[in-house]
Amino acid sequence: MTTTKRALMHGIRDALPFIFVVAPFAMLFGVIATETGLSTVQTFIFSIAVIAGAAQFAAVQLMADSAPVLIVVATALAVNLRMAMYSASIAPYLRGVAFWKRAAMSYILVDQSYALGLTKFETEPDMSPSERVAYFTGTMMINMPLWYGSTLVGALVGSRIPPEYALDFAVPITFLALVGPMLKTAAHVMAALTSIIMALLLGFIPYDLGLMLAAVAAMIVGAQVELMVKRRAP
Amino acid sequence: MNYTPIEIWIIIALVALGTYLIRFSFIGLIGGRDLPPWVLRHLRYTPVAVLPGLVAPLVLWPEATGGDYDAPRLLAAAVTLLLGVMFKNMMIAIFGGAATLFLMLSLLG
Repeated sequence: MTTTKRALMHGIRDALPFIFVVAPFAMLFGVIATETGLSTVQTFIFSIAVIAGAAQFAAVQLMADSAPVLIVVATALAVNLRMAMYSASIAPYLRGVAFWKRAAMSYILVDQSYALGLTKFETEPDMSPSERVAYFTGTMMINMPLWYGSTLVGALVGSRIPPEYALDFAVPITFLALVGPMLKTAAHVMAALTSIIMALLLGFIPYDLGLMLAAVAAMIVGAQVELMVKRRAP
Repeated sequence: MNYTPIEIWIIIALVALGTYLIRFSFIGLIGGRDLPPWVLRHLRYTPVAVLPGLVAPLVLWPEATGGDYDAPRLLAAAVTLLLGVMFKNMMIAIFGGAATLFLMLSLLG
C-alpha cells in the first residue's frame, strides 16, 4: 500500500465515530426542512450544496418565520463564518497542492474534517502534501455521502411524523446540543450570554435584524473576554 | 413559511455559494496574507454568538403553545444544554433533551 493510500485509510478510520452524529443530524434536518415546507428535492439539494448542519438549521428556522431572503442568507452565512478561521489555519499545510485539489478540499471543509485534519497535520509535520490531501479526503469519504443520504431519508419520512411528537422543539434542542459542547472557556460563555440577552432585547427590530446585531455584539464580547483572560494569566 | 419556489432556490444557492467562498477563502489564496489576529479572535466566537440568540426566543416563547411559557420545553432545553456542557457530546444532549420533553409532556398531558 502506498503512503498516500494509507493516509486515505487513516482518514476514513479516524472519522468513523462521526457517523453516529452525522446520520441522525442529517435525518433531523431532512425531517425539519420538509416540515417547514421545503420539497424533498429542495431539502436534498440544500444538504448537498451546503454541507453545514448548523447553518442549514438556522436557515430553515428563519424560513419557518418567513424572514426576508437576504436575512435568511446572512444569518446562515454568519453561522458559517467560523469556517474562514478553519480555512486560514489549514491553508499553510496545503502549500504545493494543485489549485483544483484545494478547490475540491474547500467543499469538504466542515467541523469534523477540520478538527481531524488540523490535529493530524500538527502531530505529523512530515506528511507530504499528497498524503495530507488523502487524509483530509478520507475523513469525508463516508461522512459526506452519509450526510446526503440521511437527509434524503429524513425528508422522505418527515412528512409522516404526527404532530404529537413535538417536533417543533427539535430545532431548539438541536441548537442547544450544538452550543453546550462549545462553551469551553469563559469567553465562549460570555459570548453566548451576550447573544441571548441582546437577541431577546432586540427582538422588536423587524426582519430578525436584532439577531445579527446581537451576534456582532456577542463576537466582540467573546474576543474582549479572551483578551482580558490572556492578560491576567499570560 | 411563505416563499415562492424561486425564492427557496435563491436562498439555497446563495447560502451554498457564500459558504463555499468562506471555506475557499484562505485555502484558495495560499501565499496570500494571513488573517490578522484580531479577526481570528472574533471569528472564533461566531457560532456561539449566533446560535444562542437564535434559540433563546424559541425556548422562552415556543410557537407550539402560541408563544406562552411552557414548563416541559423549558426543562428540556435546560437538560439539553447541561448535558452538552457536561459530556461535550451533541447526541447525548439531544437524546437527553428529547427524553425529558416527551416525559414531561406525557406526565402533564
